[in-house]
Amino acid sequence: MSSASSPLTSDLTALIACPQCDAIYRVRDLDHTVEARCTRCHTELIAPRLKAGMVIIMLSLTTLILVFGALWFPFLEITRAGLSNSATLIDAALAFSSGPLMFLSLAVLAMIVLIPLARVLLTLYVLVPVVFDRPPRSRAAQAFRLSEDLRPWSMAEIFAIGCAVSLVKVADLARIEFGPAFWMFSAVVIIILIQDSYLCRWSVWASLEPENEPKNEQER
Amino acid sequence: MSGPYDMVTARDMGLVACRRCARVWQMDQEVCGRCGAALASRDHTSLSRVWAWLVMGISFYIPANIYPMLSTTVLLRSTEDTIIGGAIELIHHDSVGIAIIILVASVLIPVAKFVAIAYLALSIRRSSDLSAQSRHRLYELVEYIGRWSMIDVFVVAILSSLVQLNVAASINPGVASLSFALSVIFTMLSAQAFDSRMIWDNIKSAKQNRDTAETIAS
Repeated sequence: MSSASSPLTSDLTALIACPQCDAIYRVRDLDHTVEARCTRCHTELIAPRLKAGMVIIMLSLTTLILVFGALWFPFLEITRAGLSNSATLIDAALAFSSGPLMFLSLAVLAMIVLIPLARVLLTLYVLVPVVFDRPPRSRAAQAFRLSEDLRPWSMAEIFAIGCAVSLVKVADLARIEFGPAFWMFSAVVIIILIQDSYLCRWSVWASLEPENEPKNEQER
Repeated sequence: MSGPYDMVTARDMGLVACRRCARVWQMDQEVCGRCGAALASRDHTSLSRVWAWLVMGISFYIPANIYPMLSTTVLLRSTEDTIIGGAIELIHHDSVGIAIIILVASVLIPVAKFVAIAYLALSIRRSSDLSAQSRHRLYELVEYIGRWSMIDVFVVAILSSLVQLNVAASINPGVASLSFALSVIFTMLSAQAFDSRMIWDNIKSAKQNRDTAETIAS
């Protein structure tokens, strides 16, 4: 792709194929300030947001700080008949520590802490050069692909709902209180959801196009 | 670009589309030059992978319902709860709302997912009563909702780390939590292996067959 762009290949960059149903579209104006959806399966193709890149970077940094906070402070606290116990996020993740359940501990730790954290770092690695008008990092494409592959396995929001269910489940057994880490974690969940809705995948990929100059205004 | 049947696809143009970044390449290209993903106009191994993961998912779902999800010890008296047993317990304690959440997340959704994936995979080979649009929507729903079944595993994790109050009360995870988590993971992999572009190929060839039939008839 580095050699002279033949008319045919340069023509191909102006096409978008719907990843879900293979229908093909031509990108008409390169300003693409409007959202584009596939007309037959309604998959989102282009979702530009003004200044999205900077917003995403700020949200990523916030998430990073909050996650570290959420790891250190107590997450939930329980009291019954004068006895009390508090658990951190790590305790919850490592609850299955005996025998074959060990695997589950690792999976839970990955799904609620490690994968969300990895996605934040990967996003920063990919987006920071793009937003600040630098050439993309050499492994940016790999990093963004990994981040997208990890997306369904990042389950922080599901864990948050799990907390609410647990709360009611033991309500008649003991009293539960939320620790500071719980509120930090809730903030992380909301930020991750906003961030995902802000990220236009097509624009990021277009900005990583090998022979392309960064021209995506909406990424800045 | 009028109806869903008249759409031009990348394959119709002799091109192959990258499912990761939506970039289009000549048919003979094997790896996407932009994002590095492997390219295949249609993934022919898709259906066999879908079935393999689905069988794994279903077979781990059975022990998940037979064995206890967690054991609760209150003042030396220990009770073990399966998924459905735990929900019935909650109904007895008047927490009908939570019981419904548990039942929907751990019974209704997993079973509906097995049925939906099997139906979608079967509908590629034979004709289907549902339109391509409806089947595509069904596929998106399965992909979106699949992860939420993990909620029950997380609840077990939270309860067993938190409720450790010596003799007063303690909760420990049961083996079913592992097989339930594996069942959810395998079912997610099954849904991810499905190449949704095949839903639309099918309806297109059906339309073409009908068109040819009409031409022959007239």
